[in-house]
Amino acid sequence: MSRILIRGGRILDPQAARDERADLLLDDGRVAAIGASLPADDAQILDATGCWVAPGFVDLHAHLREPGQEYKEDIGTGGRAAVAGGFTAVACMANTHPVNDDPATTDYIIDRARHDSPARVYPVAAATRGLQGEVMTEMVALVRAGAVAFSDDGKTIMDSGVMRRVLEYSKLVGVPVITHAEDRTLVGNGVLNEGPVSTRLGLPGNPAIAEVVHVARDLALAEFTGAHLHVAHVSTRQAVELIRRARERGVSVTAEVAPHHLTLTDEAASGYDTNTKVAPPLRSADDRDACRAGLADGTLDAIATDHAPHAQHEKELDFTEAPPGMIGFETAAAVTLELVRDDLLSPLEWVRRLSTNPARIVARPGGSLAVGAVADVTVLDPERAWRYDPSKGYSKSRNSPWIGAELVGRVVATIVGGRLVYDVERGVLV
Amino acid sequence: MIGRDLLGIEDLERADIERILDTAEHMVEIGEREVKKVPTLRGRTIVNLFFEASTRTRASFEIAGKRLSADVVNFSPSSSSMKKAESILDTARTLDAMEPDAVVVRHAVAGVPKRIADVLGAPVINAGDGAHEHPTQALLDCFTVRREKGRIDGLTVAIVGDILHSRVARSDIYAFSKLGAEVRVAAPPPMIPLGIEALGVKSYTSLREALDGADVVMALRIQSERLTGAYFPSTREYSATFGIDRAKLRFAKDDAIVMHPGPVNRGVELSHDLADHRPSVILDQVRNGVALRMAVLYLFAGRPGGARRARVNVSAGELAS
Repeated sequence: MSRILIRGGRILDPQAARDERADLLLDDGRVAAIGASLPADDAQILDATGCWVAPGFVDLHAHLREPGQEYKEDIGTGGRAAVAGGFTAVACMANTHPVNDDPATTDYIIDRARHDSPARVYPVAAATRGLQGEVMTEMVALVRAGAVAFSDDGKTIMDSGVMRRVLEYSKLVGVPVITHAEDRTLVGNGVLNEGPVSTRLGLPGNPAIAEVVHVARDLALAEFTGAHLHVAHVSTRQAVELIRRARERGVSVTAEVAPHHLTLTDEAASGYDTNTKVAPPLRSADDRDACRAGLADGTLDAIATDHAPHAQHEKELDFTEAPPGMIGFETAAAVTLELVRDDLLSPLEWVRRLSTNPARIVARPGGSLAVGAVADVTVLDPERAWRYDPSKGYSKSRNSPWIGAELVGRVVATIVGGRLVYDVERGVLV
Repeated sequence: MIGRDLLGIEDLERADIERILDTAEHMVEIGEREVKKVPTLRGRTIVNLFFEASTRTRASFEIAGKRLSADVVNFSPSSSSMKKAESILDTARTLDAMEPDAVVVRHAVAGVPKRIADVLGAPVINAGDGAHEHPTQALLDCFTVRREKGRIDGLTVAIVGDILHSRVARSDIYAFSKLGAEVRVAAPPPMIPLGIEALGVKSYTSLREALDGADVVMALRIQSERLTGAYFPSTREYSATFGIDRAKLRFAKDDAIVMHPGPVNRGVELSHDLADHRPSVILDQVRNGVALRMAVLYLFAGRPGGARRARVNVSAGELAS
């Protein structure tokens, strides 16, 4: 295994509360040394002057579409897009075809990832068979196969009795149950946040209360069962407040927020661009601000992309028929740096939410640059301006609301297990 | 300054609306001739692209186009085959290759005319998209009121019924407000959309208060099959509380007129009697609709040198014949 010396960067290690200029030496897949002016010897030198050096980003929420929908994405293209965005590990949701609800499918995903993906891939298995919300999956076998969490993401477990049993049973395996919290009876046929914008555009509204009601229910069930609940893509002020209060009472709950809910509002849908259609929908400016504040004060633990590739012909359908979702790996870091520039997060706290916290939530290595830690590293130039063009990106799909956007802050190198897998000048190297 | 497309009233200035209404005054006269045809749009091709079934609006556009001597082609892709085979943008690109001079679009989902306009060389006229806008309906409503009342400035217009699902309501709100009227909406609370006040109207759940002092009462069609049980308990209860009849009309001004975009559910949102007799002006709306759509086609499809990709604005409306 080759040695890499990352020279002259600003080391941001939330685990160690370290924020200082230093060199970082990686050897044999591990962090070998950290300090001023480390000798290079035979190591490959990576000049990180002016850059941030962080533990690799970990994405708790992505759709890699394999098996079954490889025309949108596969584990290889998704993994390459991930490392191009600084993600060294991604958790992939179970709504594939077939659904990842049995150990064979989990095995398949892990096997494909080993061959095709430069990023680590952590399968999230379905909480119920076929995502039907009725019969729980074989959690023990799935965790043994490598599942890191359970979720019916994309669908919501509407039956409270089933959700109670899923949460109770999950304590046997000690991994989080991730809830996609949208009460389907309140969502109805809604496709855009219900409010003045949906009223003006004449699109069926999906109300904030659909999320709020469901988060309240799941928090009550988490408190009752004592299981670890993880709330996916929080998008509303009231949900943030409910989670904050539950935390204060000692409920075992963690939560994530997506880059688009931190930076965009429902106004982005004004031109009926279906790339702005996502579930839960882009919300009001007030909700966005509450999500930002919730991320800043730690109520929301992690930034997770909800990378959801869809083919162009699908996004060319009308706004009600087009599938919800947007790709996010390659833009997540740049768009969320806005929160650092707005002084809501220090660079160190920003890294904590992209790396240390999500790694902790799924209890996987990473999130640290301590000597001996796994050598997953993201190097980012926070000042580098670039124009986002998804046709030049690594995802098979292009459904981004940031097409053509001028972004500031770019991942310049990504290292997974001590191996340089991405370099901004040369692209993905595997 | 009228733009290339007519996607909604929201995009228009007061002067644009007035110019369209003034042009329609000229068109009324053509409809009264023995030979109801002028050569203004001869050699121009207008496509009625109706994804959603509509006999009335389509016929109105078709007659309007033919009175101006345009070649009018009706194209109605079934929405079920759309979902499976072809995206709306594919349809638009296919159509565009046939080089029409204007495309009139109707679709059950908001935003489709806008997205088609984004890829089409020809001007797009929105003939109704979901619950978004139905600009020609609002223009013909304003035209009808202006002819009835002599003005719109200072009038009070009460729109009653399913505001939530109504594109007519939204376009009427913009049009009448821009022309200086006070617009009110009234409905059972589930049919008043969140944030409707942002469009510049006051909303009421009391019909009596909404109608107090109104010059124009606009009753909207209640789609009883879709709404009953979910948005109000029964058509009987709706009719008793929000249906317009002569007794409730007494809340409005003595000389108030009653309008309806059609087709009327008699005995639900409007009494039989009012559906047929003054002060309702429903058939005048239909009649004026043809003249108004002639004006719209003239202004948007009749540009000198062809309308396709012509982004220059035509100067003051002048009929070729």
